[in-house]
Amino acid sequence: MARMTARRALSAVPVLIAVTFGVFAVAAASPFDPVKAYAGTAGLTASQENLDQLRANLGVDQPLLTRWWDWLTSAVRGDLGDPSVMRMPVADVIGERAGWSLTLATCAFVIAILLGTGLGVLAARRPGGALDRCVSSAAYTLEAAPAFWLGLLAIWFFALQLDVLPAGGLTDAGSDTVTFGQVATHLVLPASVLGVSQLPWFFLYVRQGVTDALDEDPVRGARARGLRERTVLLGHALRSGMLPMLTLIGSRVPELITGALLVETVFSWPGIAAATVEAATSVDFSLLAALTVLATAAVLLGNLLSDLLYGLADPRVGFDG
Amino acid sequence: MADLALRPARGAARRTRVVTSTCVLVAVALAVLLVPPLAQLDQQAVDLAAKLRPPSPAHPFGTDDVGRDLLLRCVYGLRVSLLVGVVAALTATVIGTAVGALAAAFGGWTDRVVMRLVDTFSSIPHLLLGIFIVAMFRPGVWPVIVSVALTHWLSTARIVRSEVLSLRSRPFIDAAISGGASRGRVIVRHLLPGVLPQAGLAAVLMVPHAMWHESALSFLGLGLPTHQASLGNLVQSARGSLLAGDWWPTLFPGLFLIIPTLALAGLAGAWRERINPRRRSELML
Repeated sequence: MARMTARRALSAVPVLIAVTFGVFAVAAASPFDPVKAYAGTAGLTASQENLDQLRANLGVDQPLLTRWWDWLTSAVRGDLGDPSVMRMPVADVIGERAGWSLTLATCAFVIAILLGTGLGVLAARRPGGALDRCVSSAAYTLEAAPAFWLGLLAIWFFALQLDVLPAGGLTDAGSDTVTFGQVATHLVLPASVLGVSQLPWFFLYVRQGVTDALDEDPVRGARARGLRERTVLLGHALRSGMLPMLTLIGSRVPELITGALLVETVFSWPGIAAATVEAATSVDFSLLAALTVLATAAVLLGNLLSDLLYGLADPRVGFDG
Repeated sequence: MADLALRPARGAARRTRVVTSTCVLVAVALAVLLVPPLAQLDQQAVDLAAKLRPPSPAHPFGTDDVGRDLLLRCVYGLRVSLLVGVVAALTATVIGTAVGALAAAFGGWTDRVVMRLVDTFSSIPHLLLGIFIVAMFRPGVWPVIVSVALTHWLSTARIVRSEVLSLRSRPFIDAAISGGASRGRVIVRHLLPGVLPQAGLAAVLMVPHAMWHESALSFLGLGLPTHQASLGNLVQSARGSLLAGDWWPTLFPGLFLIIPTLALAGLAGAWRERINPRRRSELML
């Protein structure tokens, strides 16, 4: 297991390096000019000499390969670049916001897994029954609904109509300290919307896994031994039906990031994903590059995690991947 | 989001689903093709006296914050989203088919490098890659199409590659090669026609996916310019009215995105069951 982890971690390195190079190559091919971006409106009136000086200072006159290599070597040392719209080093922006994103994502995942498992087992008890048809249709509809739209409707309903939950942000406007209670109430809506947008997959997989398991010999054996329906369902069918879902937990990271990009923006949640969108609207290359690489690393980590979980849960699966 | 194909239903339920889905898709096609040339009203017509009217017989979807009719705005938005989606899906399919066919036909070293490239691409979250490309190339119609196409060719490349690999071992390919056909001729005349149906289906199912991506980018303010409003732009520009409590400018553009997606998924599910009726697993994700 340790060997597989090490091998996979090693094979992630070339992928990450390739992604950083790709990011630089795209930027080099685009009309984006770091000098103009850095100078802002002052760049319109600045003399050519000043602009050239700035160009040399920023290292933009170097060839693509040199710039990429400089960035890569300083990134390894923890310096992800500086000239950022947020007026602080990129590494600090990420450090400050990562915790909030992680909190949101974890809560959303817990909601999706608990709800998905519960509803999946209930629906699998009677496939094609009224409950199954209702929940399955809802799941397909949710699957097609964009997360930002769900978020906006949730704001309208819970924050404006019922006025029970805040519409966005991390704390109430005007409050200058971050307290647990404030954060918790502000977390409910974004975490639920992100969780619900991830729900269909978990639900459909559990439903399918449990339905299949209910047809198999171990479950028939358990029924023949006269075990209680609850024991059969939760102890036998769910245990083997959960297997496909375990692989999902890690491999859903890309969808989770996609959802977070939209949900954090809708709810003004001060996380990394919202920072990514801000970096994109203000064309902040260093922040955007760092966040793209970070997201790729998270995806690779998720894939590794799901393989490990699968191997742990199912002894038939080896660790030679 | 949705990788399409609803769970198959049986008998009457399946027929109902196929008929409903077809009707929805025909209605969408008619609306998108016929409304713009035949419309009496201008979708951009501002009427400040009638702003933010709730749904009524005169305006079935209500009006937006400057009094434009929302039904008309949604039809035009769907038209823009659909156009971007179709062009992006076609581009992605062409890229994917070319890459997949080349990788499988050449095999060996080329195959390994290309498939590593596909793996690398798929480890970047699609929307993030799209955001990055659009940010670098400035928001606009073409950057959006390019960014959606560049993030969507991967699955087609995988499908086409495995199809070509299985075709390549068939006797008629050996016959063509021993008959002296060049590699290019074998690819174009024998391999590509065999994979086109699969690639075509993948392209159709990719359209809602591409529309979803375009809407997300437009919603984030990184997509289409506001004078070419897509469904995502409509939701974005409705945020102000929503916070004032008016739900209809937000609700209807979203429904316009969901309903055609579900209709297409319904047809895809029925079609898959038809070509493979004994499929045991009901799950089609």
